[in-house]
Amino acid sequence: MLAVNFLLLAAVLFCIGVFGVIARRNAVMVLMSVELILNAVSLNLVAFSLMNNNQEGQVFALYVIAIAAAEVGVGLAMVLMIYRNRKSIALDELSEMKG
Amino acid sequence: MTALILAADNVNVAQNIAFGIIATVMIFAAFSVVTTKNVVHAALYLVVVLAGVAAQYILAAAEFVAVSQVMVYIGAVMVLFLFGIMLTRAQIGKEEGLNNTGWQLGIPVALLLFGLMAYVIVDTYEDQVITEVTPFATEGIADRVLSPFLVPFLAISFILLAAAIGAIVLARKD
Repeated sequence: MLAVNFLLLAAVLFCIGVFGVIARRNAVMVLMSVELILNAVSLNLVAFSLMNNNQEGQVFALYVIAIAAAEVGVGLAMVLMIYRNRKSIALDELSEMKG
Repeated sequence: MTALILAADNVNVAQNIAFGIIATVMIFAAFSVVTTKNVVHAALYLVVVLAGVAAQYILAAAEFVAVSQVMVYIGAVMVLFLFGIMLTRAQIGKEEGLNNTGWQLGIPVALLLFGLMAYVIVDTYEDQVITEVTPFATEGIADRVLSPFLVPFLAISFILLAAAIGAIVLARKD
């Protein structure tokens, strides 16, 4: 199996995630796109672990999964709080902190 | 360059075919996540992408990571997402205004980024072949987590604790 396969697939997922973060207005959908990006990164880590015949990449992928779980929990709690205060989760309406 | 598209001689053909099918499904589903007009559908397409990533982990002989992916992402994170969608909006179905006004800006950014990454990846690993996939023993992960990566492991435990408490504090009605 070619080494570039995994890396190119991860690059495609990463770019789709970046597009989602830029294009989406709904905060929950931006969080979903961030999940795509994190998955692309851990796919890369596992692919490098396979290529170098070294298991440490899998350990890093597990750590990325743990961090992603924490990120989603806090992110959705923030989205719920914003929704409770403003009745909307459109990101372009959150401009109070704009300088 | 043709080796990129067709399987080379010393390449496991079945593995390549499985990779191709799963990768196609994943890319289609990921594209649907960022383009669909229905938030619930986006969450369900995200399940397909996450399951595809788990399948790729199994192809890459990382079965413990694959099982963790299924349990954490498909089991827990997706339920969180569906709860988030349910609690933040009443409307189920198609919805306008999910995209920013300048959403077209994302297309050239993503294409440029992909072009750059694809050039670098292909240039570096042009025809490197992973000849033989030898599964690692899961105890190797335990050995690494509990001896050389113990400090990051403890840091992650602390981060998870802080995230759990922080989420409760943020979402609580007071």
